[in-house]
Amino acid sequence: MNWFTKTFSSTVGRKIVMSITGLFLCSFLVVHLIGNLQLFKDDGGEAFNIYSHFMATNPIIRTMEIVLVLGFLFHIYDAIVLTRKNKAARPIGYADSRPQENSTWSSRNMGLLGTVILVFLIIHLWNFFVPARFGGLDGVVIENVEYDNLYLKVVQSFDIWWYVAIYVISMVALAYHLIHGFQSAFQSLGLDHKKYTPFIQKFGYAFSVIVCAGFAVIPLYFFFLK
Amino acid sequence: MAGSNPNAKPMDLTLKVWRQKNKDAAGQLVTYPVKGISPDMSFLEMMDVLNENLLRSGEDPIAFDHDCREGICGACSLHINGRPHGPERGTTTCQLHMRHFKDGDTITIEPWRAAAFPVHKDLVVDRSAFDRIQQAGGYVSVNTGGVPDANEIPIPKTIADKAFDAATCIQCGACVAACKNASAILFVSAKVSQLALLPQGKVERQTRVENMVAQMEIEGFGACSNTGACAAECPVGISLENINMLRREYISAKATSENF
Ligand code: HEM
Ligand code: SF4
Ligand code: FES
Repeated sequence: MNWFTKTFSSTVGRKIVMSITGLFLCSFLVVHLIGNLQLFKDDGGEAFNIYSHFMATNPIIRTMEIVLVLGFLFHIYDAIVLTRKNKAARPIGYADSRPQENSTWSSRNMGLLGTVILVFLIIHLWNFFVPARFGGLDGVVIENVEYDNLYLKVVQSFDIWWYVAIYVISMVALAYHLIHGFQSAFQSLGLDHKKYTPFIQKFGYAFSVIVCAGFAVIPLYFFFLK
Repeated sequence: MAGSNPNAKPMDLTLKVWRQKNKDAAGQLVTYPVKGISPDMSFLEMMDVLNENLLRSGEDPIAFDHDCREGICGACSLHINGRPHGPERGTTTCQLHMRHFKDGDTITIEPWRAAAFPVHKDLVVDRSAFDRIQQAGGYVSVNTGGVPDANEIPIPKTIADKAFDAATCIQCGACVAACKNASAILFVSAKVSQLALLPQGKVERQTRVENMVAQMEIEGFGACSNTGACAAECPVGISLENINMLRREYISAKATSENF
């Protein structure tokens, strides 16, 4: 192994990869949420369908999509490697253990929370991304141009109560993942100082709650108000 | 005030203690009653009482580590009621007093649990992994010869204070015991920070962090998930800042050192 692979296969190095990919995924969440806000426009889905057509065809977005997939893959790969190593580091557990006295629940359950997010991600992609990208949606004509009617798919999906429930539960899991993860990522990079760490912690908390609440509101809105 | 109370009544307790004959034997929790424990006793004195009872009845006494019994050597350990060094913060097991328990309590006593700290016997674990990490870089090379004058090298007070705080680590291993990943990073970071902060330690700072982290990995400790459990349970209050300093040292060493 050369110095580069050695660096990024140490536990300290793998956490650097997880933190950078994790923060990158956070930036993706912001873009994704802002785009989704168009679902609230009362135009029968026109703006949203035009937007999703743009996202599916624009070359810059298509390139970023590859980066995004790589971000997920590296994040998940190192999550698995580290979680396995961490389990192996304590083969025999304690008969009596009170971790609630010294750490938060979310910080100790990032693997579990991540797994919930991963399962959600598969369901979510299968339902929206795959038909939007590879065909299978009804068409809709907006100003004489034919678009895929992803909006209709949204309306139909969020009419099903258990589908809405999966979304809301997953967003709660994501919120807890980020409540620990956001500030943790800065620590993994060694970025810690009494000048700015309190800000990062507060910002991270607000970010996690606001972004995840924003996503969770969409299925609830369609279920109850549409 | 938590001072001694001459009127405090002796306590009867039930202890559940991990017993294990040797490294390779399977162990189990064994229940022992102890009677007449004074609240003024330290936890280890209470263990001494139990051991005297065991000796009198011809049983093998319980092996546990201890040395100074003053909270400075780091020899004592014990995972007590689910927490390293017991329920009090900032306290080693030898400095933990029985007044923090109640008459009739059941107390579970286990060894540190980590693949890198194999159980030797009963509550004694082999912590030589820490020594090997220390040998990998936790030192400063000096020339032999005349003794240098004290205070010859100026060190700013804030830096000296930070280095001293890091230097108070007694190598007890409670950080490893507390961490869900059995990570040794708080211990390693205390050593790395202490020496990287001081002028004498700066000479070897790059190889130090690289070699100590490499040895930490070889010993089989887990990764850091930033849960903060280590610092919360550390008896001398080593802070999480040290871990972040280790990371900065690590990143800068990896980016600039001659190690390939
Ligand atoms: C949008 C999705 C996701 C975002 C925004 C995200 C974000 C983050 C962030 C910022 C961290 C902190 C990194 C650090 O402590 O340095 C983190 C940690 C973690 N993530 Fe994710 N993550 C996502 C999805 C996932 C998935 C799908 C998995 C697992 C399959 C996962 C597993 C983990 C684990 C196990 C950790 C903790 C690693 C450790 O500290 O030991 N994450 N995540
Ligand atoms: S960092 Fe604290 S808990 Fe860890 S070995 Fe040093 S003194 Fe013990
Ligand atoms: S016996 Fe020395 S610190 Fe407890």
